[in-house]
Amino acid sequence: MTMSSEDRTTSPPPHTASLRPMLSVAGVARRFQLASGQLTAVETLSFDVAAGEFVTIIGPSGCGKSTLFNMIGGLLPASEGTIRVDGETVTEPHEAIGIVFQEDSTLPWRNVLGNVAFPLELRGMPKAERLDRAQHFVELVGLGGFEKHMPAELSGGMRQRVAIARTLAQEPKLLLMDEPFASLDEQTRLLLGDKVTQIQQDLKQTVVLITHNITEAVQLSDRIVVMTYRPGRIKRVIDIDLPRPRTSDIVGSDAFGHYVAEIWSDLREEASKGLVEAEARARVR
Amino acid sequence: MTETDGKPKSKPLVAAALGLGTLLGIILLTELLIRLSVISRFVIPPPSEIAMSFGRVITQEDVVGRFFITMGETVAAGALLTVVGVPLGVALHRFAVLRQATETWIAAYAAAPVVLAYPLFLVICGRNSWTIIVMAFLNGLAPVILKTLEGLSAIKPVLLNLGRSYRMTPWQQFWRLLFPAALPAIFTGLRLGLIFAMISIVGVEFLINLGGLGPLINTLSERYDMPGTYAAICFVVLVSIIFFVLLERIERWLQPRR
Repeated sequence: MTMSSEDRTTSPPPHTASLRPMLSVAGVARRFQLASGQLTAVETLSFDVAAGEFVTIIGPSGCGKSTLFNMIGGLLPASEGTIRVDGETVTEPHEAIGIVFQEDSTLPWRNVLGNVAFPLELRGMPKAERLDRAQHFVELVGLGGFEKHMPAELSGGMRQRVAIARTLAQEPKLLLMDEPFASLDEQTRLLLGDKVTQIQQDLKQTVVLITHNITEAVQLSDRIVVMTYRPGRIKRVIDIDLPRPRTSDIVGSDAFGHYVAEIWSDLREEASKGLVEAEARARVR
Repeated sequence: MTETDGKPKSKPLVAAALGLGTLLGIILLTELLIRLSVISRFVIPPPSEIAMSFGRVITQEDVVGRFFITMGETVAAGALLTVVGVPLGVALHRFAVLRQATETWIAAYAAAPVVLAYPLFLVICGRNSWTIIVMAFLNGLAPVILKTLEGLSAIKPVLLNLGRSYRMTPWQQFWRLLFPAALPAIFTGLRLGLIFAMISIVGVEFLINLGGLGPLINTLSERYDMPGTYAAICFVVLVSIIFFVLLERIERWLQPRR
């Protein structure tokens, strides 16, 4: 644990805190030792995320998105550089960061309410209080009435909403999501995107989303960081100036299409590199 | 169960009726074949005679007492399997060296005819219930260890990462994640182990002519009391049914529908 309760009470008031980025990624690189030599997954990554901001990291397969996710989540140490959340260096999973994984991470032996209350239970929160809070977040993600359902009785989209509610219940300063909608169909994805946007605006939640889906990125983000194919570097940062509050209706607008085209033109080149390399590897085999 | 389940609605009554009906059908068919002399009544007594002999076997052969002896031995073996087998599986999961060193042996041991070692345990434990219980325990141990190990190893990596993100202590990680995730597999192992244990219990009881229902089968068959023998076998089946219903209850109590 890198943060004590004392740090919290002495942290500066919100108006000065907003000057300090909620997340700061500075000169981060990650290299892996392979039998065939060294692989640089990501390098020279630097960007900041302000409090309340929704930032998406987008890149082709193999750009090191997941590596970056794991490093911010404190699940994987960086080879170089530092990652700070609310001013504190991340070396291991940090209390202030709530993670939503790509895979279904609901606990199959607990019902919806039990799943959402799980992190609070670990924290030792009294039962009545944690069930109360869990109930609030279950309703927030639109799963009211499903409290007693087991994950096996829910659809994939509902299970992912349980995971989001569970992470929000921790009241993290930074919500870190790794392609949380990747296994869902496009319509569900758009609708869940609306839900996430609305919650993020209501809670003024700082979010970092990792995805390869351009529509999703433009629909949700304030800012999009486009990454290059291996080694993953920052190719460009794009501010999304679409009005808020935003719903999935925006998908049909000209401005939306313009952003999608812009990002695709950036990504196309990188994705092609990945494709060419994958084909070359397949040919060697 | 709700609509989101995606499974067709089960009809428990129909299933139960079908099961009972099949059983009754087979009994009636056997009765008929024996009465038509297709099957010799000296090999298989007619089910009606078996049914008639229940009362006699119960009153004259102390079936109730024997039933509880066999049941008690099964409970003891089951408890030993749980208390020793599950922790051994956990240890094998926890210590990779241990696992690499012994996993193949345990798998081989699962296939070994351990029951043949009963004279050895007669010498070690004496001709008493302990021999029967220890034999049963040894017969059922391997699947409990292997299934516990399998269940613990099969946990989804994302759940382990979730645990890490919550900065769980190793203790929490085991009791809050690994163990509940492995519980269905552990119960499969216990169920398998108990099947082997029960076979061993009745078999060894029969072989050393000691204990509950096993020796009764032995005695009655030596008396050429075929209806009585089959009636005693029915009681053995009853022990196993009771046991499995009990185990299922415990499982459901620990693991609400998932």
